[in-house]
Amino acid sequence: MAVTRHSDAVAPVSTPGAFSIWLNRHASTSLGALGRLSRQPFASLMIVLVIGVTLALPAAINVLVKNAQSVSGSWSSALDFSVYLKRDLSVSAAEELGQLIGQRADVESVVLVTADEALVEFKQQSGFGKALDQLGNNPLPHTLIVRPSPGNTGASITLLQEEIGNLPETDLVQVDTEWVQRFHAILDIVRQTIAIGSALLGIAIIVIIGNTIRLDIENRREEIEVTKLIGASNAFVRRPFLWTGFWYGLLGGTFALLLVQYGLHLLKGPVTRLAGLYQGNITVISLSVAESSAIIGVAVFLGLFASWITAARHMQRIEPR
Amino acid sequence: MIQLDNVTKRFPGGQEAISELSLTVERGEMVFVTGHSGAGKSTLLRLIALIERPTSGQVVVDNQNTRFVKRRKIPAYRRQIGMVFQDHRLLYDRPVFDNVALPLIIAGIHHRDAERRVRAALDQVGLLHKEKQNPQTLSAGEQQRVGIARAIVTRPKLLIADEPTGNLDPDLSLEVMRIFRRFNEVGVTLLIASHDISLIDRLGCRRIALEDGRLQQDIDPWQ
Repeated sequence: MAVTRHSDAVAPVSTPGAFSIWLNRHASTSLGALGRLSRQPFASLMIVLVIGVTLALPAAINVLVKNAQSVSGSWSSALDFSVYLKRDLSVSAAEELGQLIGQRADVESVVLVTADEALVEFKQQSGFGKALDQLGNNPLPHTLIVRPSPGNTGASITLLQEEIGNLPETDLVQVDTEWVQRFHAILDIVRQTIAIGSALLGIAIIVIIGNTIRLDIENRREEIEVTKLIGASNAFVRRPFLWTGFWYGLLGGTFALLLVQYGLHLLKGPVTRLAGLYQGNITVISLSVAESSAIIGVAVFLGLFASWITAARHMQRIEPR
Repeated sequence: MIQLDNVTKRFPGGQEAISELSLTVERGEMVFVTGHSGAGKSTLLRLIALIERPTSGQVVVDNQNTRFVKRRKIPAYRRQIGMVFQDHRLLYDRPVFDNVALPLIIAGIHHRDAERRVRAALDQVGLLHKEKQNPQTLSAGEQQRVGIARAIVTRPKLLIADEPTGNLDPDLSLEVMRIFRRFNEVGVTLLIASHDISLIDRLGCRRIALEDGRLQQDIDPWQ
């Protein structure tokens, strides 16, 4: 039951819907703000560059970490560790234990190398064949070679090793791949650092855009006063500045994206050559659509946020004289 | 249309710009406020436009007691009033057309209607042919007429003007006053601050003289 009252309309004007008016206003204000930016191309470009570089930095490091992770993921075989079982353990007991460990969710596979197999292998590889024949009995234990499942982090692998090490049947867990774990730990640190650095750079962007908008407001003080004098609300006066912030964010974010993509493009050649040398299949992972939109989205958000707080602070103060 | 009831405006320094002033302007009147500079003419207009608030007393405009107009509602209140300034207060970064269209854009009037109304307003002040020019390229008289067009483009019932002819020579002043007169003839209430007494006398309108913020004289040649 909505009754629309045309309270003594000043003129026989067709009254378009409120939404259409709202849309119309925003469309013209946004284009106006863009036009204003294009009228001072150099200053605008500088700000877009600053925002772009500032955003590209954490985004690029993020992509690097992602690539490093994918490369180190293909080193999963390097994460294998050996479990030397107690010497008095029978082959069947060792098999049973191997199956038991193999059932764990954090374990991909377990290979049992029996003492006899190990001795044969050792004899072949070490060249001590004759000497070993002198021994009455086999000095080697049964060994389980455990490959953790790919979902493990550095910490969970350590935990797995500890748990297996604590089993009564276990004599010794030998890890010869600690450097991989170290590498993962370093990646963890880098990821944390990016998070902190991104937050700081985000603040920097807010300050940069905020300061630019503040100068813009000061420059247009007379205009703001006049429009307020003839009945503009704070929201109306604020709108073009919000759009300016939006455009700074959008253009800066797009520029950041281009920078990262171009950087990846430059890396593609050398990485392919390196992969060829190692006969590995390393490819450069670029930004996904979601990540690309996240960069632009964050940039737009920062632009809007910065212009909002700046405009809200200054708009109140500028009142017509 | 305008009713002041024992209004005093005291500034933080302590001096009173308006002292216990009471007056009434009826709907459809054209009234001049005269007095030396500092007599309180501008302050009176600023109280009506809610640029200032009275220290005491009441200002009622078009049946709205301004005391109850909240800060957020001031923009909507001002949109009902047309305002003309001595220094025109035009925006020089846009053409004449856009200057006149500004109140309509603020009011959210649709583009096509706005265009028609802007042309009508410019036509009324005789500047239709200069709509694309920058106000800076116009003479002082023309700029003031642009200011007037901007004030009347929303078809307000009340128009207030602070020294609208202050910077104009007598011929241009008379022309501006004639434009005001035409609005008055179609029912617009006008309150015009001016010190040009000879010009006012030629127009034969009601004249309120202020001195030191008090009512000194209220002459209505029609009564």
